Amino acid sequence: MNKIKHIWMKITGFSLFFPLLCLAVVLVINLIRTPDFFRISMNNGVLYGYVIDILNRSSELIILATGMTLVVAASGGTDISVGAVSAVAGAVCIYSLIGGASSDVYRIPYVLALVLGILAGTACGVFNGFLVAKLHIQPMVATLILFTAGRGIAQVLTQGFILYVRKESFKYLGNFLPGIPVPTPIFIAALVVILTILLLKRTSLGLYIQSVGVNRIASRLVGLNSSLIIFLVYVFSGFCAGIAGMIITSRVYSIDANNAGLNIELDAILAVAIGGNSLGGGKFTLIGSVIGAITIQALTTSLYAMKVTADQLPVYKAIVVVIIVAIQSPVVKRWMKAVRHKNALSGNRKKVKA
Amino acid sequence: MMSDKKILLTMRHITKTFPGVRALSDVDFTLRYGEIHALMGENGAGKSTLIKVLTGVEEMDNGEIYMDGIDHTIINRSPQEAQAIGISTVYQEINLCPNLSVAENIFIGREPKKFGRIDWKTMNRKAGDLLSNLNIHIDVSKPLSNYSVAIQQMVAIARAVDISSKVLILDEPTSSLDEQEVEKLFAVMQKLKESGIGIIFVTHFLDQVYKISDRITVLRNGCLVGEYETDKLPSVELVELMIGKEIDDLAKLRKEENDDNNGKKEIIVEARELGHTGTINPFNLKIHKGEVIGLSGLLGSGRSELARAVYGADKPDQGELYFKGKKLQVKTPLDAMKAGMAYLPENRKEEGIIEDLSVRENIIIALQARQGIFKMIRRKEQEEFADRIIDLLQIKTSGKDIPIKQLSGGNQQKVILGRWLLTNPDFLILDEPTRGIDVGTKTEIQKLVLKLAEEGKTVLFISSEIDEMLRVCNKIAVLRDRRMVSELKGDDLSQSNIMKAIAGGETGDE
Repeated sequence: MNKIKHIWMKITGFSLFFPLLCLAVVLVINLIRTPDFFRISMNNGVLYGYVIDILNRSSELIILATGMTLVVAASGGTDISVGAVSAVAGAVCIYSLIGGASSDVYRIPYVLALVLGILAGTACGVFNGFLVAKLHIQPMVATLILFTAGRGIAQVLTQGFILYVRKESFKYLGNFLPGIPVPTPIFIAALVVILTILLLKRTSLGLYIQSVGVNRIASRLVGLNSSLIIFLVYVFSGFCAGIAGMIITSRVYSIDANNAGLNIELDAILAVAIGGNSLGGGKFTLIGSVIGAITIQALTTSLYAMKVTADQLPVYKAIVVVIIVAIQSPVVKRWMKAVRHKNALSGNRKKVKA
Repeated sequence: MMSDKKILLTMRHITKTFPGVRALSDVDFTLRYGEIHALMGENGAGKSTLIKVLTGVEEMDNGEIYMDGIDHTIINRSPQEAQAIGISTVYQEINLCPNLSVAENIFIGREPKKFGRIDWKTMNRKAGDLLSNLNIHIDVSKPLSNYSVAIQQMVAIARAVDISSKVLILDEPTSSLDEQEVEKLFAVMQKLKESGIGIIFVTHFLDQVYKISDRITVLRNGCLVGEYETDKLPSVELVELMIGKEIDDLAKLRKEENDDNNGKKEIIVEARELGHTGTINPFNLKIHKGEVIGLSGLLGSGRSELARAVYGADKPDQGELYFKGKKLQVKTPLDAMKAGMAYLPENRKEEGIIEDLSVRENIIIALQARQGIFKMIRRKEQEEFADRIIDLLQIKTSGKDIPIKQLSGGNQQKVILGRWLLTNPDFLILDEPTRGIDVGTKTEIQKLVLKLAEEGKTVLFISSEIDEMLRVCNKIAVLRDRRMVSELKGDDLSQSNIMKAIAGGETGDE
């Protein structure tokens, strides 16, 4: 009995336990409601199926959540501009590629356009980082500036039009590379996550970020440049938003400055929270955020699979998200502990009576 | 006479286990009406845990708590529940809101209302009254952060006194107060005692225990050693009970240093008119290799601020600093560190520990910061370093990968000391390294300081306890009103001389 309890405690104490549990519950419900949920088939040389779709659709979110996790960890704040920044990055990429009108002729090499797009995202990150780290503006206020202005900047480039790139190769990034059955975004997301983890583990950046997030003053006194680290995480978040912008535009081979990446910043923050990370900063788990991002997309996809219409979707999504976040809240955890305590007490009392 | 007093609070068989550590085992504690009861013990003896169990911050695993007037055992699940039955606490580290006004801090959560809105006038008046009872006359509408730590502490006490009616717990209330303020506090405690309140007094200052307390309960390693009447327990015996071994003769610690040698010795630190506007006026200071120099002065006299200017924690804006003979520009702490300095800040909780990180990470962080982002210390090496420091400083912890916040205050302090020893500095600045630390650890740290000096390291030592300074320092600089007023060494080093310098009167040019 004790042994089982011990193992149970160990499992539940594992930091990724709740995020994984939430994902598992969503998937199991799916399996019951939609028996062919896990079926993967091959069609026209590419893989099809709900699972593939979830992974594919969650790619941008995973990339944004990666940047967001570091922002949250180091600064205890959030970067709410990432959705708008990915639109800016997409607009810069497409504008530099084809100019101010839909076209099938590239003005500059494709790769250069991608680099410019990602650089635009990174530049936005530099701006955010400067406001937060150097001017000490509250993160939400600082990033609110690009949150509102970003789409305007993108509009200036697109002149208010939706610009299409009518070239097959432009779709590769957001869809499939010829001859490869797995959607390209999955590879990109995986690459971003793996490289970030390597960066955090192979250098002391991970330790620095946590240290600054936990106690900025003490970190400074042990010789860490707290401001620089906070600056860097915002730059990195902008960089991630740039990459996400490339995928978003490639999926629909166009840039719609008003709708590209709309509201995705909220999902990114949510992914970090569902992943079991404290939004107050400090200790973090990147994998948790990745699981969180997949959970959010799994939820969306499964609700569609259950024939919930797009306009009703937010309601159902909200209900499930509230439950997931509530389960992980310290209040509920304490409450569950208290219930256990009560049970133990009443058990003792019964023994006494008997 | 005292035994006639009615029992107010009884704790029986209290047991509490943390992962890997038995913090309390089968501890009894009794508090009577109108009694000041000192709770004594080394770091990790279980004092804080006992208090936390009583006030509902921690849940006990086992045991019973009875309070007079309540006919069943109490289990407090939160400080609010404890407060509701008349148990209030003032903690070692002040838990108030610095950006709210003094009055708001006192009445937060129970503001006097008028037509459903906060009645500011009444609140400020009441707050003023409460504080003037403690002989503190300040503007209660100003933010708390405007005032010194000492005043903040008194505000915390005023708040607790106003809420609590039966039991008042004071956890290290005097550690940041100067002597006059301690006197004031004691007057207040005496008054409260006469009104029948039972006071639990946790402190490390032996003389204070003898001055104010009626009874002493001693804990050691989570176990009860015993309960004693204060006037029947000699202080030497008390210390022995606390640390469980015969104490070393503290007075023998100081190494007799021949001051004539200093002329030949290398100068490690030299400040020429160094200053930081608003915190410390320009000062001159020469520190020789192997010296332990003390900084003495009242709170706010600039002793910590001087240290911060040297280390670059506050970037000096006047004067020059020479380190090992070379001019040193300190823009950030990192510059000072790279040159070979180490700095243990006064405020352990806010500036020292990185609370959610593990003991290991807390130990290696300074070394890692100096090495930079790309030269990461390998995990295996980190563990070796952590083991070495834990072993060297006898840090009590259930593992090197548990968060440092789970350690007791003294052990946290040792971790921070270890963090700096690992960087192998030439010059250590130790600001109040023994504050809030038990006698045993205190002696260990003092010995360590002397050992470091023997090895040729130089130490700048700041403490508000003069006898401690006399024990370890070769030379003491005294500060007053953000100014360095005198330097004492050799035969001039005595309690009375230092007191005189602190109090002023010799220098007439101000």
